[in-house]
Amino acid sequence: MGTNRRARSRPRFVSSEDFCRKLRRKDTLGGMIEENLLLILVGLPFAAAIAASTVRATAHGAAAWVSGLLLAVGLAILALLHAPISDGQVLRATLRWVPSLGLNLTFRMDGFVWLFVALVFAIGILVLVYARYYLSKADPVPRFYAFLMAFTGAMVGMLMSGNILMLVVFWELTSILSFLLIGYWHQGQAARDGARMALIVTGLGGLCLLVAMLILGQIVGSYDLDRVLAAGDVVQADPLYPLVLGLFLLGCFTKSAQMPFHFWLPGAMAAPTPVSAFLHSATMVKAGVFLLVRFFPVLGETDLWFYAVTGTGMLTLVLGSVIALFRHDLKGLLAYSTISHLGLITALAGIGSNGAILAAIFHIVNHAVFKASLFMAAGIIDHETGTRDMRRLSGLIRFMPVTGALAIVASAAMAGVPLLNGFISKEMFFAEAADWHNGTWLDNSLPYLATIAGIFAVAYSLRFIATVFFGPEATDLPKVPHEPPSLMRRPVELLVLVCLVVGILPGLTLGPTLNLAAQSVLGADLPYKDIAIWHGFNLPLVMSLVALGAGVALYAALGGRIATGPEGPPLLHRLRAQRVFERILLSLTWKLPRLVHRTFGTERLQPQLRLIVLLTIAAGFATLWGSLRQAPSPLATGFNPAFALMWAVGAVCAVGAAWLAKYHRFASVVLLGGAGLVTCLTFAWASAPDLAVTQLLVEIVTTVLLLLGLRWLPKRREEIEEDKLLPARIRRARDFVIAVVGGAGLAGVAYVMLTWPLIPNVGDWFLRNAYSEGGGTNVVNVILVDFRAFDTFGEITVLAIVGVTVFALLRRFRPAPESIMLDEEQAGLDDRTVADALLVPSVIMRWMFPVMIVLAAYLFFRGHDLPGGGFAAGVTVSVAFLLQYLAHDVRWVEARLTVLPIRWMGIGLLIAGATGVGAFLFGYPFLTMHAQYVDVPLIGQVPAATALIFDAGVFALVVGATVLMLIAIAHQSLRTTRMRERDSADTSEKEAA
Amino acid sequence: MEMVLSAAIGVLAASGIWLLLRPRTFQVIVGLCLLSYAVNLFIFAMGRITLGAPPIMPRGGFIDPTAYADPLPQALVLTAIVISFATTALFLVVMIASRGLTGTDHVDGQEREP
Repeated sequence: MGTNRRARSRPRFVSSEDFCRKLRRKDTLGGMIEENLLLILVGLPFAAAIAASTVRATAHGAAAWVSGLLLAVGLAILALLHAPISDGQVLRATLRWVPSLGLNLTFRMDGFVWLFVALVFAIGILVLVYARYYLSKADPVPRFYAFLMAFTGAMVGMLMSGNILMLVVFWELTSILSFLLIGYWHQGQAARDGARMALIVTGLGGLCLLVAMLILGQIVGSYDLDRVLAAGDVVQADPLYPLVLGLFLLGCFTKSAQMPFHFWLPGAMAAPTPVSAFLHSATMVKAGVFLLVRFFPVLGETDLWFYAVTGTGMLTLVLGSVIALFRHDLKGLLAYSTISHLGLITALAGIGSNGAILAAIFHIVNHAVFKASLFMAAGIIDHETGTRDMRRLSGLIRFMPVTGALAIVASAAMAGVPLLNGFISKEMFFAEAADWHNGTWLDNSLPYLATIAGIFAVAYSLRFIATVFFGPEATDLPKVPHEPPSLMRRPVELLVLVCLVVGILPGLTLGPTLNLAAQSVLGADLPYKDIAIWHGFNLPLVMSLVALGAGVALYAALGGRIATGPEGPPLLHRLRAQRVFERILLSLTWKLPRLVHRTFGTERLQPQLRLIVLLTIAAGFATLWGSLRQAPSPLATGFNPAFALMWAVGAVCAVGAAWLAKYHRFASVVLLGGAGLVTCLTFAWASAPDLAVTQLLVEIVTTVLLLLGLRWLPKRREEIEEDKLLPARIRRARDFVIAVVGGAGLAGVAYVMLTWPLIPNVGDWFLRNAYSEGGGTNVVNVILVDFRAFDTFGEITVLAIVGVTVFALLRRFRPAPESIMLDEEQAGLDDRTVADALLVPSVIMRWMFPVMIVLAAYLFFRGHDLPGGGFAAGVTVSVAFLLQYLAHDVRWVEARLTVLPIRWMGIGLLIAGATGVGAFLFGYPFLTMHAQYVDVPLIGQVPAATALIFDAGVFALVVGATVLMLIAIAHQSLRTTRMRERDSADTSEKEAA
Repeated sequence: MEMVLSAAIGVLAASGIWLLLRPRTFQVIVGLCLLSYAVNLFIFAMGRITLGAPPIMPRGGFIDPTAYADPLPQALVLTAIVISFATTALFLVVMIASRGLTGTDHVDGQEREP
């Protein structure tokens, strides 16, 4: 049994170093240079993004130039890397990130990646040139170019990732950046909706992909891409393989807009045309098919893969081409054409034969070239005529002959006309569909489906050309059309030229590169396949000819009816995937949560708190039930009647405070103080002098705060009828039971814990090392300012935040009207009497000020060795300030004392932080303290630890925060006085009038 | 003394919980204060009751940890005291502001509907 289990257990995570070493070049110098070049290559687009984000909002030229030049540098680097790549090497560069998790920033490049990255950079440059002329002067420049370049960087990072987790990170980055790009014109509703839909669909897919990659990494035992790619057998034998495949395909299909997730792509048409051209050609949607091809050796070659991938691909191919024919929007037609072509590539990846993978890679390139040029042409048409509606466009060839000619060639490539690049890869697809067999029904139907899709592709390409460029001159266009600036046309010209050259000389131009790419996907022993135009008069050629002929016939027959028909194919146009998506989104994010909230939620605090208390009690009982028992020989410190008596008083105080908190608030505050004092005495009794001191001081401040707060509460009289009714009684009885159960439970746990002997713990270490390591004899203080100084640092930061929050909350405070009125007790008295009433105490309190400051200094300096410390000293000083405020009115104090609490806080935080950072200077970690004693004449040995400086920071911050809170609340009375004066002025004015 | 201290923790906690469930903001604040006493004492009690041996060391020499009170719960409670003071202050200010805004001191910002 044991061996069996060991065999089935997952392989352990091993460092991928050994594996990498095999792949790395032998001559290390050359290897080093190439490693750095790889890192630079990934960094370039991001550098361009940062540079572009800093230009002025109108500097179109500068942003385009900087970005374009950096991408051109990228192309030059790719040219340098071509030599080792064409030797069949895999270049790698690794930056260690979280090695313990198997997470490294690894970049790798082989032939396939090289081809893809080159495509991204090249089309990126052309898109930049095009965008320079496409965007209007009003469009903000830095945002566009920065997003576009960052998106390029994310895409390149995804392509070059050598770690599958990092790949997902870059994958998600492309989703987020495409969201920002699609929503670039965020003034428009369509852009916002399209961007959101794209983000939700591709983002959800990305989550699926993340899970798939995590499981995959667990199965393989490494997240390194090369190890994963080499572990196809292990993965396919694993029982989790179907799950991994399903999640992986969800990621790829959403990204590559495969049906039924295709609907986000037409929505993304709201983006500026350069963005559409880029997203639809070399990036974004191609990421999905890239991953399909890349992971074919790991996940492919199974029946499941074939049915899922080829099935989805063929469905998308056929339906996409059918829908494209019926779209009236120019970019809509192109979008569905993109969906259809992606289906073609997906179907090829599903077939997965040597020829199919080669054809898939070839078609990725070809589609990128002709689709980018077509989008740019559509953008020019939109730009120059003001509309993209094919029912309004007509006869444009007379106004823009050059653009027209370019668009005609490009759409011929899209249709698969011979002598153009689209023809050859489509021919290869037909050949795979017809020649490759595994005998399933899907396989048998492939040639027919492929031909049908071919027919529709010819028809929609023809429709694009025929309606836009031919026919009578359009009369109702928003603008009079003319040729665009010649530089705007340059990218299109270049792309169309590539279509032609590759279409005529495929073997000479792209043959070696494509074979290299296919080899790096499928393995180095793949035989070289020559790519040629002419293979003789064979079945694929017949299929092409049938598609051409039938496509022309189809358009000739249907053309007129399509133009007058609805947007979308017959029957199917009612079913809008976008609308279905919106509905689902609405019910998931709005209706369902509201329903759940209405059914189970409450907005009232009391039930929520009751639930929390009950859950806490239940959790306590559930975990402690049965495990709590009496110690065999319980600890006992003898019964002390004085202690018991003290707590009898304490208990009366606590219960009394609870009882009186509703109708007699003042009494309740006094009793609360009583309970606090008893707590404080308990600390002192049980060997915790530091706690006793701090508790006592905090008790004073809290009581004053509560008393200040009382002033703003409404009057409440005992004789409220409703409180005596049955429902209120039942509520109180129920809460009483909860309280008793909770209190009894806590008491029980405390008793059991108190009687069990203490086991040796970390506290012993603190006791032993406080003096030798921390240089202080008061261990509690040494823990706070030395051993656990980072916790204290966090704590004082919280205190500062609370102080500032209190201040901010009270700045906009408006008291309730009835609180502005003078109290009944004060109403009959004049100011003089009020001031005299406290004359003697106020003089005493004034004299106490220096005494308390000295006390604070005493507490502060002895803190490291004896009870005291920064907290206690800080609270003491704030009590000293507080006394002055109590003794006199606010104006009197502030005429004589300038307290700047915010500065105290800031300086305190700075001192504490600087002490911590100071440790860096001596090569120690943050907040390492140094301790030493210094002989001071007259006083003797004085501890001079850096912890003392830290404690000074704590001190200053506590003073600042406490005083800030107290002053902020005390100042409210000033405001009410002002309001009262204004009110009385108003009434006297009215009376006078 | 163990019995007395644990009973005390129980009484403080019960009073605190009862007040926590009341409808008036002031009651809840007092409840939180009482509950924080209870919890601070509870954490402190995890170091057991040690009489007359505060964790203040002689300078140097061998140290027997069992002869002193456990300093760790004390350090934790010291922090807890300061933080609970900050919480009380913040809640008090929220109470004042909410009373000014809504005109009532009910925790929900409006009186209970009959």
